[in-house]
Amino acid sequence: MTDTSTKPAAASSTTGSTSAPSAGPLTRFLRATEIDTRLLGMMGALLLIWLVFHFYGVIFNGFGAFLTPRNLWNVSVQMSSIGIMATGMVLVIVTRNIDLSVGAILGVTGMVMGILQVEILPQYLGLGHPAIWVITVIVGIFVGGCIGAIHGWLIAYRGIPSFIVTLGGLLVWRGAAFLSANGKTISPVDATFTLLGGGPYGAIGAVGSWTVGVIACLGILAALYAGRQSRKRHEFPVRPMWAEIFMGLLGCGLVIGAVLVVNAYPWPRGIVNSYIEANGIVLAEGETLFISHGFAYPVLIMLTVALLMTLLVSRTRFGRYVFAIGGNPEAAALAGINVRWMTLRIFALMGALAGLAAVVASARLNSATNALGLLDELYVIAAAVVGGTSLAGGVGTIYGAILGALVMQSLRSGMVLIGFDTAVQQIVVGSVLVLAVYLDNLYRNRAK
Amino acid sequence: MVELRDISIAFGGIRAVDGVSLDLYPGEVVGLLGHNGAGKSTLIKCLSGAYKADHGQIFINGQEVTINNPRDAREYNIETIYQTLALADNLDAASNLFLGRELVTGGGLLDDARMEAETRRILARLNPNFKKFKDPVSALSGGQRQSVAIARAVYFNAKILIMDEPTAALGPQETQMVAELIHELKRDGLGIFLIDHDVHAVKQLCDRAAVMKNGQLVGVVKVDEVTEDDLLAMIILGKKPEHLAA
Repeated sequence: MTDTSTKPAAASSTTGSTSAPSAGPLTRFLRATEIDTRLLGMMGALLLIWLVFHFYGVIFNGFGAFLTPRNLWNVSVQMSSIGIMATGMVLVIVTRNIDLSVGAILGVTGMVMGILQVEILPQYLGLGHPAIWVITVIVGIFVGGCIGAIHGWLIAYRGIPSFIVTLGGLLVWRGAAFLSANGKTISPVDATFTLLGGGPYGAIGAVGSWTVGVIACLGILAALYAGRQSRKRHEFPVRPMWAEIFMGLLGCGLVIGAVLVVNAYPWPRGIVNSYIEANGIVLAEGETLFISHGFAYPVLIMLTVALLMTLLVSRTRFGRYVFAIGGNPEAAALAGINVRWMTLRIFALMGALAGLAAVVASARLNSATNALGLLDELYVIAAAVVGGTSLAGGVGTIYGAILGALVMQSLRSGMVLIGFDTAVQQIVVGSVLVLAVYLDNLYRNRAK
Repeated sequence: MVELRDISIAFGGIRAVDGVSLDLYPGEVVGLLGHNGAGKSTLIKCLSGAYKADHGQIFINGQEVTINNPRDAREYNIETIYQTLALADNLDAASNLFLGRELVTGGGLLDDARMEAETRRILARLNPNFKKFKDPVSALSGGQRQSVAIARAVYFNAKILIMDEPTAALGPQETQMVAELIHELKRDGLGIFLIDHDVHAVKQLCDRAAVMKNGQLVGVVKVDEVTEDDLLAMIILGKKPEHLAA
């Protein structure tokens, strides 16, 4: 509280000068479109990472493997479970807490779901029953939510620091994951359940992807229109028309670009052949079938989670209170917000998201192992922090966390593609995390 | 309108407030004076719901009430402007103004546009120079932050207003603005508790002054009947001036 008294004066003087009419064209462009410059910086960094990995491959390996539909599709699938958890981690960190246990929660819920769908449910429903995966997913999310709620209760109502509770949780739940099946790997999991992890059959194909793309574009345009109407109705300043059009084109362009990329990645030859046989398709000599992957289910799950979490954060009381608590816990309490109950619910939500991430992760692996999600907590926290969530609390965005997850996964995949071994990967990922936070500090100090 | 009767509260064996009784009438400003740690803020926090008194009763309009938390206090139209302002620095003016009492649409979602419109309306009245509705309140000047905190209290039709050192962080011009506002609110029939260090300000703004020392009430006097020196003596010596002592 002491440092806030000195900041306002400095802040008001800088904001005062930037709103002067003498601002450069770039500044005016950014103000008119209301693009977050941090977001722009992250996009730039991401693009840089992609280009560096691609051209490193081109120059040293004679083949750029990064900017190919296949790799980008894989990156999107591989980032899903981290991305799902990172959205929850934003809320945890914004309220000045930390959750070190998400990887372990993922591990134990993965085991619970594995045992449930392989050893328990088939006895009652029969192997391959269509309800198995539904029950499994619900139980997984519920168990994760319960574990999170226990952590939240210990933190909020028993006053144990979140760092300690979740550090203990990390060990406890990792141990529980091992004990649940005495260290065995449970495989294969239910056939329908596996689809939630991606793969050729776990994607929605070309037509489905175009449908999703068109819906997303319509959504973007509708949101822009509704926003403009609302501003008009309350007589607030509206963005200039060209800025609205630019934002619309940019949003739709990104969506359509993503659809084109995922549709450009065909099924592998072997899978296509067995598909042709299974469906009795007769092809002319030398002709092959091009079947697009399209968006994978885990990616769609992640995007849906991101959308719902954004809605939760920006348009509900719950989200508003999360940020109020992060900004000033005392003020939040004086405004009648039940800070403890909020904390419990935030950790329960985090746990439930870890349960959902366990669905994606174990389905992708087609098995449940006690090591599932090992060290994930670090990548999740890194994703949130690289995405601009401040550990001091009060600041963070969902889209930032998703972008952060994409950055982290791009780094990991990129280094695998150009053949760096694990030790080097760890060094690079660790350094990038520290560097990202340092750059963010510089940016914030300049903005103030 | 408000009557605090025999309020006591202790923290770890120290009696921060010890058997204090105080009342407040509509359209009246009662100043609370005393050294740091005299128990002024603690006493008033029992009324605003931040603390719960160990002992004693609170009456509002003759009815005994229990105030367990800030939400209860708001139910009775008691609004508080804290010394720290109690603003979430990372949120904008509208979010702070409606914190805990957000306006929602039919679907239960936050109606940010309407909240901003209302905020613009009330701040136009309190502080016509206020322009930064989109910025987090950390980017505002001391006076602007104060405006937001005051707007929060005034917007929700407060009947009883508690101001904890409202002018501590303000320049002379902004202090004058707060003084005018207090007069205006008084004319509207609000009862105001004003906690202040400044004997001069209390003498100017208040009808009565209550002086506290070491958790106990030294006395309540009409400001017209005492000099600033009398008030100072009460604060320092903990005794009522001789000409008033019955």
